Amino acid sequence: MGFEKFLFYCFAAITVVAAGMVVTRRNPVHAVLWLVLAFFSSAALWMLMEAEFLAIVLVLVYVGAVMVLFLFVVMMLDVDVATVKAQFIKHLPVGGTIALVMLVEIFMVVGPANFGLDIFPKPEAAAATVNNTADLGMVLYTVYVYPFEIAAVILLVAIVAAIRLTLRHSKTTKRQDPSKQVRIKKGPDRIRLVSMPAEPVPVPVPPVVKAKAENAE
Amino acid sequence: MIALSDYLILGGVLFSIAAAGIFLNRKNVIILLMCVELMLLAVNMNFVAFSHFLQDTAGQVFVFFILTVAAAEAAIGLAILVVVFRNRQTISVDDLDTLKG
Repeated sequence: MGFEKFLFYCFAAITVVAAGMVVTRRNPVHAVLWLVLAFFSSAALWMLMEAEFLAIVLVLVYVGAVMVLFLFVVMMLDVDVATVKAQFIKHLPVGGTIALVMLVEIFMVVGPANFGLDIFPKPEAAAATVNNTADLGMVLYTVYVYPFEIAAVILLVAIVAAIRLTLRHSKTTKRQDPSKQVRIKKGPDRIRLVSMPAEPVPVPVPPVVKAKAENAE
Repeated sequence: MIALSDYLILGGVLFSIAAAGIFLNRKNVIILLMCVELMLLAVNMNFVAFSHFLQDTAGQVFVFFILTVAAAEAAIGLAILVVVFRNRQTISVDDLDTLKG
């Protein structure tokens, strides 16, 4: 058994165990942490498949951003863990059966008979000078430039949607309301004249008169 | 040597576990979302494996786009979850039955 095979089985086992823990833990915080482990070991597997850029992106984007977002939400919502327990056993037979059937079907399709080493031989290991990130960038900015821009728009839409959904106007903050501003009509909405009675202003004493009065003394 | 089928079977196992998880965790939408992430991971594993064995970067580009869309999906899904929890004080799938589905 080669070292590469040992690494594959090691990381594959960790991934599968972590995935199993994700779906069976009742505490959502633990589930998120197990999912982080699953992503980490999958990143290692991708590295084994010479997809270095995607492996790093998986760690940075998924573990660094998405999973932290999950953790934030899990800790923000006060979920009652006790009630989760009761339903778990009830759904176990149907869920397990469907997963098992699915697994057998997938195995029959993608098993070694169809995708074994004799049909898809192991490719040559890439040379040390091959730059996976540069290769991916070359393709991404030429052939797939329009899909790339669409992906950017999708991210923008996600930002707008997430902010719009969770934004809450509190009464204490003062802000402009553009729709109200646009609806303003000419006349009393725009400017209001208030008539005020004039107040008597004290007459200032001219400085010359003041100086004379001081000299007289 | 590691065959392509090994990676594909690993993807299948991950996908099946995630599908079972959707049945098991009917009380917690957060774990349902995590199961969806796990399914996407399984699919990405297949893409990367095919990309490696066919020596074609197109598969990796596809994984890149799937990661983008999955991040957007997680952000919007969690935002919806926060709004639901604010209005209903629960995130159990069984309690969200206003649509009579």
